[in-house]
Amino acid sequence: MHMLKTESLTHVYSSGTPFEHVAIYDIDFEVEKGEYLGIIGATGSGKSTFISHLNGLIKPTSGRVLYEGKDIHESKSFTRDTRFKVGLVFQYPEYQLFESTVFEDIAFGPKNMGLSASDVEERVLEAAGFAGLGDQLLKKSPFELSGGEKRRAAIAGVIAMRPEVLILDEPTAGLDPRGREEILRNVMNYKNAHGATVIMVTHDMEQLARAVDRIVILAHGKLEMQGTPAQIFSQDEALSALGLSAPKVTLVAARLRALGLKLPEDIYTTNMLCNALKELKQSKGKGESVRSNPGGDDHA
Amino acid sequence: MLKDITLGQFFPGTTIVHRLDPRIKLLLTLAYITALFLAQGVVAYALMFVVVLTCLTLSKIGPKAVFRGLKPIFIIILITVVLNIFFVHGETVLLEYRFIVITREGLYNAGFMASRLIMLIVGTFLLTYTTSPIALTDGLEQMLNPLKKIKLPIHELAMMMSIALRFIPTLIEETDKIISAQRARGADFESGSLIKRAKAIIPLIIPLFISAFRRADELATAMESRCYHGGEGRTRMKVLKAQGRDFVALLLGAGLIVVIVYLR
Ligand SMILES: Nc1ncnc2c1ncn2[C@@H]1O[C@H](COP(=O)(O)OP(=O)(O)OP(=O)(O)O)[C@@H](O)[C@H]1O
Ligand SMILES: [Mg+2]
Repeated sequence: MHMLKTESLTHVYSSGTPFEHVAIYDIDFEVEKGEYLGIIGATGSGKSTFISHLNGLIKPTSGRVLYEGKDIHESKSFTRDTRFKVGLVFQYPEYQLFESTVFEDIAFGPKNMGLSASDVEERVLEAAGFAGLGDQLLKKSPFELSGGEKRRAAIAGVIAMRPEVLILDEPTAGLDPRGREEILRNVMNYKNAHGATVIMVTHDMEQLARAVDRIVILAHGKLEMQGTPAQIFSQDEALSALGLSAPKVTLVAARLRALGLKLPEDIYTTNMLCNALKELKQSKGKGESVRSNPGGDDHA
Repeated sequence: MLKDITLGQFFPGTTIVHRLDPRIKLLLTLAYITALFLAQGVVAYALMFVVVLTCLTLSKIGPKAVFRGLKPIFIIILITVVLNIFFVHGETVLLEYRFIVITREGLYNAGFMASRLIMLIVGTFLLTYTTSPIALTDGLEQMLNPLKKIKLPIHELAMMMSIALRFIPTLIEETDKIISAQRARGADFESGSLIKRAKAIIPLIIPLFISAFRRADELATAMESRCYHGGEGRTRMKVLKAQGRDFVALLLGAGLIVVIVYLR
């Protein structure tokens, strides 16, 4: 059975006013247990709206959302249970911290679940561990943290509920490369430890190519394409028509190929490019020609 | 859920009502409110009702938007009605059961009060629905300009008002976001006792205040870096100028008051 599934999901904002806006339209989507899924789409394509449906925060205008085969709006108590099982980290979650200490803030979710004090503490410490927040940070006020630390505290607040599905809306936006790597590693660690399903909205194509099993593309509120990173990134023209593009390294590799280097087509991460170039260099050492047309410049 | 509060929201459009001079619209709203409070008797109320309906139709505001606007004050209307029915006692008793006495006068009163409240709200909505906050404060500033002679800081007041109006939707949106984030972590704003629900509000207020202060600070910096220094010597991009239709509207407004007074 699918972990989460939507059936012709449609959402209209401010219906009946001049501001009426169809944010998502007729989306059929499913995700399996343990899958790592990436969602991409241009600004305003409805990504945030879509994922807010998955834990029942927004009610669909029409269509259904099923969690393990059951409509999440079937009853109020089931909707609330779903919120704990489908953890949602919002875009820029750091503006939503509010408790007096980081510890208390992370404990908000587990407390709402009605856990005992010792269970809550265990959850908080575990979540802080996943998010890489040290003990001394837990005692601080959330407002004394740096931007990246705040972001991780907010993610810990959701992880503390031990959700089976972890959804993150652009968790790395506005962070430096190291902060980005840290968060992605935190998410991966959680996923591996609990066998959780992860859905991540992101604009970072290379990260998608590296980590996710499947990519879903939204455009103008519709589910436009889906497939493995390789399937998606090989369709360069379709991507640019949607205002998106393959990872930068893929474009670099394509340029190098055009200049005459014998590189494979499926290069989506910096690592892949490095390995391909190394291989090329070794074969060059053996005296084979690395260029298909002499004249191009070899920058390898 | 907070999105339902449309109070003070502007619905852009190009109808005749939208295009009226904001100063005239302010005056007309004042005239309308005066007329509403002067109105007595079924005929006068019916006339006021026709006026509201005509204006709504002219400005192409759908019934949905009107009902949404009335939703937040529904409770107030209900309380007014109940109080009037049970506590206004007149001559003709319709029903008497122990301490409950319902009279015809009570029912009449309830009906009048409710329609007065509803029409009052709808009338003021009409102003904010069809006039952008900027136009509104511009109009207000110009109407109050003579008061500058007695050293009242009219420009500053108008600027404060337009900023406040500008930030209502932003703050509502922000609150909505924070509510969503907390609901995503299992906060429950909808069920439980009143005290429990009131307590659930506290964690909302803190991040809201923080973001409001942050925004205020950013706005001040942005205004300063564009050399804003108050009203002195400031010119406007759009200069308000009353036209034929504005005078006609004004005449109609004056006419309404005369008729209502005549009907008393
Ligand atoms: N609360 C709302 N009321 C009305 N319209 C909204 C609301 N939230 C979003 N929209 C509109 O719905 C559309 C989709 O918004 P959404 O936030 O889902 O986009 P997104 O794909 O997440 O964009 P981004 O990449 O910028 O985060 C946008 O056109 C937006 O203007
Ligand atoms: Mg978004």
